[in-house]
Amino acid sequence: MTAVETSSSERVTGQRLLRREDPELLTGEAKFVDDLAQQDVLHMAIVRSPVARAKIISIDTSAARAIDGVVGVYTGRDLKDLWQQPMPCAWVVTPDMKNPAHFPLAVDSVNYMGDAVAVVLANDKVIASDAVASIEVEYEELPPVLDLEESATDKVVIHPELGTNTSYVWALEPDNAKLEAAFSSAAHVVKGRFVQQRLIPSAMEPRGLLIVPQPYGGEYTLYSSTQIPHILKIMIAVTLGISESKIRVVAPSVGGGFGSKLNVYAEELLAFTLAKKTGKPIRWMEERSENALATVHGRGQIQEIELAADSDGKVLGIRANLLADMGAYLQLLTPGVPLLGGFLYHGLYDVAAYSFKCTGLFTNKTPTDAYRGAGRPEATFAIERGMDLLAHEMGIDPAEIRRRNFIPKEKFPYSSSPGLVFDSGNYLPNLEMALEKVGYSKLREEQFQLRSQNSKKHLGIGLSCYVEMCGLAPSKVLASLNYSAGGWEAATVRLLPTGKVQVVTGTAPHGQGHETSWAMIVADRLGINPDDVEVLHSDTSISPHGLDTYGSRSLSVGGTAIFMATGKVLDKARQIAAHQLEVAPEDLEYQDGNFSVKGSSEKKMALGQVAFEAFTAHNLPDGMEPTLEATTTWDPPNFTFPFGTHIAVVEIDEDTGDVKLVKYVAVDDVGNQINPMIVEGQIEGGIAQGVGQALFEEAIYDESGNLLTSTLAEYLVPSATELPNFELGSTFTPSPSNPMGVKGVGEAGCIASPPAVINAVVDALSTFGVKHIDMPASPEKIWNAIHQD
Amino acid sequence: MQISTTVNGLSHTNEVEARTLLVHYIRDVLRLTGTNVGCDTSSCGACTVLLNGESVKSCTVLAVQADGQEITTIEGMASESGLHPIQKAFQENHGLQCGYCTPGMVMAAASFLHENPSPTEKEVREALEGNLCRCTGYHNIVKSVLAAAGEMGGAR
Repeated sequence: MTAVETSSSERVTGQRLLRREDPELLTGEAKFVDDLAQQDVLHMAIVRSPVARAKIISIDTSAARAIDGVVGVYTGRDLKDLWQQPMPCAWVVTPDMKNPAHFPLAVDSVNYMGDAVAVVLANDKVIASDAVASIEVEYEELPPVLDLEESATDKVVIHPELGTNTSYVWALEPDNAKLEAAFSSAAHVVKGRFVQQRLIPSAMEPRGLLIVPQPYGGEYTLYSSTQIPHILKIMIAVTLGISESKIRVVAPSVGGGFGSKLNVYAEELLAFTLAKKTGKPIRWMEERSENALATVHGRGQIQEIELAADSDGKVLGIRANLLADMGAYLQLLTPGVPLLGGFLYHGLYDVAAYSFKCTGLFTNKTPTDAYRGAGRPEATFAIERGMDLLAHEMGIDPAEIRRRNFIPKEKFPYSSSPGLVFDSGNYLPNLEMALEKVGYSKLREEQFQLRSQNSKKHLGIGLSCYVEMCGLAPSKVLASLNYSAGGWEAATVRLLPTGKVQVVTGTAPHGQGHETSWAMIVADRLGINPDDVEVLHSDTSISPHGLDTYGSRSLSVGGTAIFMATGKVLDKARQIAAHQLEVAPEDLEYQDGNFSVKGSSEKKMALGQVAFEAFTAHNLPDGMEPTLEATTTWDPPNFTFPFGTHIAVVEIDEDTGDVKLVKYVAVDDVGNQINPMIVEGQIEGGIAQGVGQALFEEAIYDESGNLLTSTLAEYLVPSATELPNFELGSTFTPSPSNPMGVKGVGEAGCIASPPAVINAVVDALSTFGVKHIDMPASPEKIWNAIHQD
Repeated sequence: MQISTTVNGLSHTNEVEARTLLVHYIRDVLRLTGTNVGCDTSSCGACTVLLNGESVKSCTVLAVQADGQEITTIEGMASESGLHPIQKAFQENHGLQCGYCTPGMVMAAASFLHENPSPTEKEVREALEGNLCRCTGYHNIVKSVLAAAGEMGGAR
């Protein structure tokens, strides 16, 4: 493994350093947004639509207003003149994309169960919720559109002003003639139709906020349980017409996000507006059942994929066609999410002909948006199920069909038919390591034995090889996708007069351990103890520039910015040390926090001393500015492309349809690793979320559009009993796109695991002629599949 | 209604409404905010505390039911000499990421290890079934609890 460049004789990066974040989280001292003390605060509560689609006939707030302690009640009509712009959607994926205007409170109509219709402010949390219960809204119910294929027919149009339920059609068709040729010359064509069910992200901390008008200067401080304090600040400024200089956004301890807190939400805009109106601090904390309705959902697609292969099983062409559920409105990134997978439906296979088409459709359900993996789990699922279908049709082992199709090592950097350049990859050894680790041939023998004994226990082995594009993102590529922001990240590294180092990052961690990992990067580069490095983040007053944390971008983009800024600081420090030691900068060596003159053990200067000299500025080179700090804004030249192999082993009970995940092996290649302990933690959590999608989780609506899974009693987030220990391994293929050779790991686990588990389930049931089971593969679905004629 | 409780060794006497949940008493009246609320159906376990030494989900207990009782919250676990062995094991085994479920996990583990000082992996998983975590996949939580059992003298 090539390692990250270091000035330390004891390398810090690559070590399993324990997290500095942990002690306060473990003792209850950490402050999540609902823990922040605030006097004289008003509590906000929201009246939500109990129906999927209706006209609002009237709203009677008189009973609520009469309750002692209620300070204000507002409807959409009351506030409609206060919005400068509708709720923001930052991704206009096609020039003619349809985007219904959508305000924080509905004015005339509601379009999903949970749509906000009125807001209450009260002196007390309980009074606020009593007031919500006393508000009477009269609705004229309209027929809802719940099914994607039905939505596409436009028989009922949800937003009449748009004239259609189709938001956009986005196609990536690099060479249709080539694709047609691939299909017409193919020896084998396999087709799959897969449902990516809607998921509820279910971060353990629901959303919440506290907004405090400052007593001086006209500034508002918004504390929000968000992944994106910087983007949120800009979007509040735009939507409410407030100067950015008057807005400070702070993300305190944030209890998980998984994409669901990568958004600009109605409640944030409402609270801001009402704080302005009342001049009072306002607090709001989402209840779990509210979270299920009012926080974005993930996935929600119907996928059709076709693979054309030659007689050796070499895939010649791939055609993918998606219907993607936008939900009732477009949130911040809604339309772009399925397209993030649109370049990856050929997975890590060398496929010459390709086409992808996605139709974004409105339904009367909660808006969808980014959820861990965002488009890439869907793509990986389709191609990995497709490869198994092909292997099955040809009677080839699933591992062998993959070997035959991998992009060979020699082809990197690899220009893919959809138009990406894969930075680096070495897929075969990664697959072989996973097969070895799981004991693949032994498992196949065991499976054979069980089958020949006519056992009622069915063993299934499922492979999933994945590649993903992460490290969002090169700004020019985002421009070509009509995304209305860049993909850079900013960092400042500052040596303080005391010799301690302060790092300011634009990333916004919510469980990823950035404070620990960023300190490790700087400590290694400067050859100092990580304890001497402090990392500041998630406060727009401290870090004015940043694009926050999502899309497995923080290390490869934000970490690189820190690495580069540290290099700049070191260069300046070298100039100062050379000046004071009266030698040329190139005559200095730097190791373990000390500059020393080459060949002399006496003439040296510690970095801390240089920092103090930079502060006093008593003796700096002519023309040099005082202080020792540097800022870098890093715009990556390319995405990064982590990859790996996951293998799931399941046992299915024929009589009950129950699936037990008995073994899970994951071998991931995320390039160089800064802190392997944190890398493993990310993979493990991701696997669990993907297993949740494969076996348990689904946002279920009834035929009227009521969400039936609005609590954690009905929406089945996996518990410890449903999961095994995971057996992990790593290969190391550094990325050439950044100086540390890092890739990204936040989403890998949940990208790889759903197809591994479903391939295992289908493998177990193959003796019953079962070719596919849609997710979640519940006992009921499996039992029915076994017992169908 | 007036209630008297002993929380983390300190006595309190407070006025509460009859409908006040124990978790709201702990968080809003006593301002001990380490105990988190993650759901409204007693499913997630984030609010787990010890009531007379046994773990309870403090969202399923009324504050008035805790009258005259002893409560331990996450704030009562560490001592002047440092983190409790369970807390330490969670740090050493990376048993937490965002940390929101962590106080409840630690309290559930404390109660469980008191009942079963030398559990198997399967027993740990079963014991923690009522505590949900969305970040870790439980792998390192289970490892942490087993390590804590070893540290506290109950290793198999």
